[in-house]
Amino acid sequence: MNSTASQHTGGRGIPLVEMRDVSIAFGGIKAVDGVSVDLHPGEVVGLLGHNGAGKSTLIKILSGAYPADQGEIRINGELAHIASPRDAKRYGIETIYQTLALADNVDAAANIFLGRERLTRWGTLDDHAMEAEARAVMGRLNPHFRRFKEPVKALSGGQRQSVAIARAIHFNARVLIMDEPTAALGPAETKQVGDLVLQLKKEGIGIFLISHDIHDVFDLADRVHVMKNGKLVGSARVSDVTKDEVLGMIILGKCPPGATPGPGASP
Amino acid sequence: MRNALRALELDLRLIGMIGALAVIWIGFDILTGGAFLTPRNLWNLSVQAASIAVMATGMVLVIVTRNIDLSVGSILGFTGMIIGVVQTQFLPDLWGFDHPLTWVVAVLVGIAVGGAIGAFQGVLIAFLGVSSFIVSLGGLLVWRGGAWWVTTGQTVAPMDSLFKRLGGGFEGAIGAGPSWMVGIAAALLAIAVLLASRRRRAHYGFPVRPLWAEGVVIALLTAVILGAVLVVNAYPLPAPIVRRMMEAQGLATDGDLPLIAHGFAIPVLIALAVGALVTFLSSRTRFGRYVFAIGGNPEAAELSGINTRWVMVSVFGLMGALCGLSACIATARLNAATNANGTLDELYVIAAAIIGGTSLAGGVGTIHGAMLGALVMQSLQSGMVLLGVDTPMQNIVVGIVLVAAVYIDTIYRRGVK
Repeated sequence: MNSTASQHTGGRGIPLVEMRDVSIAFGGIKAVDGVSVDLHPGEVVGLLGHNGAGKSTLIKILSGAYPADQGEIRINGELAHIASPRDAKRYGIETIYQTLALADNVDAAANIFLGRERLTRWGTLDDHAMEAEARAVMGRLNPHFRRFKEPVKALSGGQRQSVAIARAIHFNARVLIMDEPTAALGPAETKQVGDLVLQLKKEGIGIFLISHDIHDVFDLADRVHVMKNGKLVGSARVSDVTKDEVLGMIILGKCPPGATPGPGASP
Repeated sequence: MRNALRALELDLRLIGMIGALAVIWIGFDILTGGAFLTPRNLWNLSVQAASIAVMATGMVLVIVTRNIDLSVGSILGFTGMIIGVVQTQFLPDLWGFDHPLTWVVAVLVGIAVGGAIGAFQGVLIAFLGVSSFIVSLGGLLVWRGGAWWVTTGQTVAPMDSLFKRLGGGFEGAIGAGPSWMVGIAAALLAIAVLLASRRRRAHYGFPVRPLWAEGVVIALLTAVILGAVLVVNAYPLPAPIVRRMMEAQGLATDGDLPLIAHGFAIPVLIALAVGALVTFLSSRTRFGRYVFAIGGNPEAAELSGINTRWVMVSVFGLMGALCGLSACIATARLNAATNANGTLDELYVIAAAIIGGTSLAGGVGTIHGAMLGALVMQSLQSGMVLLGVDTPMQNIVVGIVLVAAVYIDTIYRRGVK
């Protein structure tokens, strides 16, 4: 079972993140069943699969939203205990959720710093310092953004996305999880997110890219893990497989010769 | 005009509420032939609104987190009985009647008991997952019943002489000089806060209000505060009381009696201090930020690593503690602890918060709005009393106003979107 991960990592040092044999069940249904995936520094790994294949659930285990029933998570080779989102953030794991997970009624700075507020020396919120930092990080992502005083509910889809991304990259993330980061975006904004992914990759951040858009993933990812019915169908370097082969993995669970089969591969 | 208003950064909703209050006040003043807008009536009005206003500040935070607390009136009744028994039975046994610390202990016990009850209900809501509607509906019955059990229904009276001042009355007012001092201190503090914030924004290079607008805001604030001082200082003590006070000091009382002003009532100062404190909590602390974030998106708050359960317990604990404080005001004002004290207060408190712009959908609400809401409710009631409207009719009017206020608010929100 662990061979899937170790074969790929052979000769490439210790992976930044390694999830081994992870399972979780909700009311008797195994949403994630014995899945092993890994991620190296400066690598973009796509997680592919249909709706309900278990991708989002798998990464919610890594981001601390769900505790795994079974399996282990290693960060830099060391066993990690991730029981809450706070734990995950301590390990430098940041997540951009599909729903964005923004508090709609407060402004951009309050969302970026939610749970990690800057305080004055009297222990009160330092809103000015937070707004200044928010202006800096948003300036990098979305230079035309000016609406720092408004609740994020008043912002456009792309602007909200920028706020969610800003929150994830502002705290020296080592691992970034992006769950359908471009689902709500237009073509220009999608390209912007793509550029950002490549830039972060250059900075040595490991990125899990969850998407059902295979073209997105082929453009950005180095490797893909494909899931079906909660199980890992297989893993492959993007250069070793074609889009059609990966589609076959997603739809039929059929593992092509260029990929390493997982427990979910159909015979 | 629109640009000018934007430069002032004044809350349109707040302006609307003040406008509504002005209409109510002027309307009643005309209907009562000038009996409403008198220092005496306004002073009494503010005292009567104090207890509801204190609890309404906490109710804002409860409703902002998408919860409700129906038990506040019963918690007030129960803690009121405890406060009464502590100061008329326990403490006199310990250190005799009219000890200078009796009122302090009574207040602390009231806040502690209320806070403990609130936190307990908060634990049931946050950790056991029972809805706040049910927990507090149960609490409404339990604590009202508990209030009866404390003395098996007997009314406890009279209260300690110093404690009584928390309820207002001529003994519970601070007089003209201290009222000026409080007013000037409050105005200076408000100006200092405004200017400090302006300096910080300028330091970071953020946009700031134009200077004229800053000046207008400061002038308005100062005018409101000092205007309140003028009103409370224009309400003199009744002549018999002045005569008694002078006799007590051995002064002659045969000539013209001097006019001695009431000044601010202590319960009103308590309510204003609570309002300032809870405003500070909600806007300047992590706790407040988390309360609003939970109300805006509970899942996002959880995913941000916020310990949402403890925030919930704290919110309900604070609500309970404020009920305990309101119990002090209400018990002192009545000069008695009765097991019916605070009956139906939950409805007035919730109505004050809602009229003040707190959204039942969660995530939205202001402390000053809720306090203004309490003032609106009390103004309606006291105006109707002046007009000789009987109690059932008062209830009908208050009920209609509540529904109408929420309807107007719904339209306003739709317009904003």
